Amino acid sequence: MGRMHQPGLGIFPVWLGKSRIMNTNTSSVNVPQAAYGWQRILLATAFIYPVWLLMVGTFDPAELSIGLIIAVLTAWLSKPHLHILDAIKWHPAIALYVLVYVGVFLWALLRSNLDVAARVLSPRLPINPAIVEVETHLRSDLGKLLLANCITLTPGTLTVDVFADRLQIHWIDSTPGRDMTHATASIAAQFEYYLSKFIK
Amino acid sequence: MQIIGASLILLGTSFLFLGALGLFRMPDVYNRIQAGTKATTLGSLSVLLGIAVYYPLWWPKLLLIALFILLTSPIASSTLARAAYKTGLRPYRAALDKGEG
Repeated sequence: MGRMHQPGLGIFPVWLGKSRIMNTNTSSVNVPQAAYGWQRILLATAFIYPVWLLMVGTFDPAELSIGLIIAVLTAWLSKPHLHILDAIKWHPAIALYVLVYVGVFLWALLRSNLDVAARVLSPRLPINPAIVEVETHLRSDLGKLLLANCITLTPGTLTVDVFADRLQIHWIDSTPGRDMTHATASIAAQFEYYLSKFIK
Repeated sequence: MQIIGASLILLGTSFLFLGALGLFRMPDVYNRIQAGTKATTLGSLSVLLGIAVYYPLWWPKLLLIALFILLTSPIASSTLARAAYKTGLRPYRAALDKGEG
């Protein structure tokens, strides 16, 4: 564990380590400097291994060990893409933030379905569609991906394209206003707030 | 338990049906994608949840399927919408799109 405490090993959760005082300058919200490849692989393995466990559904030692090997191998093979993981803001309460985000997201998904159902069933077909632009403060690709996904699955909005810090969105009912301020406030702001707790 | 599972599956299939209805009723490609994505996502999730109530031992695989649907379905829709936009298809009744107030 000792070597992890050098400054600049950004993505590894420093709060897992022994000393927190030494690492105040590299902790949680800082921009990670050159993260080490093996740390990314470790992190990716931590994401992939549970998938394997869910898939086999047993705790048979043979399955567990084969799964671990495969998870590490998969992580290693996807090494060129693993830099997206650097976008995660490590924080002791990260699990809580993720849970809150998932809750908000599922609630929005439910509302979105009722919303679409109501529109589809209504004889007048009450829609007022337009393509609007929304501004985002999330800088990382992973953050923008999650935000775009979230927007697509929420009431009346569909991500069409992503530019540097703009998302182009098809809005089924653009009554609140088609300019960027109104669109950002009513489409993206809420999710962005919850996402920005754990993603850059 | 059976009744809960059955109602969840029924709810899911109703959402799927509404999604299909949306494909018919909506006026252009973007609105159709919207109706399609949302309804099918929650519809599938609800069906999966219903199955999980019927067969509690299947939950790990069902959870995995749900995660994959949640991650891939919006991406697929966005990609379709993006392709439509890039080919120059303008949304229905929207002569004043592109960030006009």
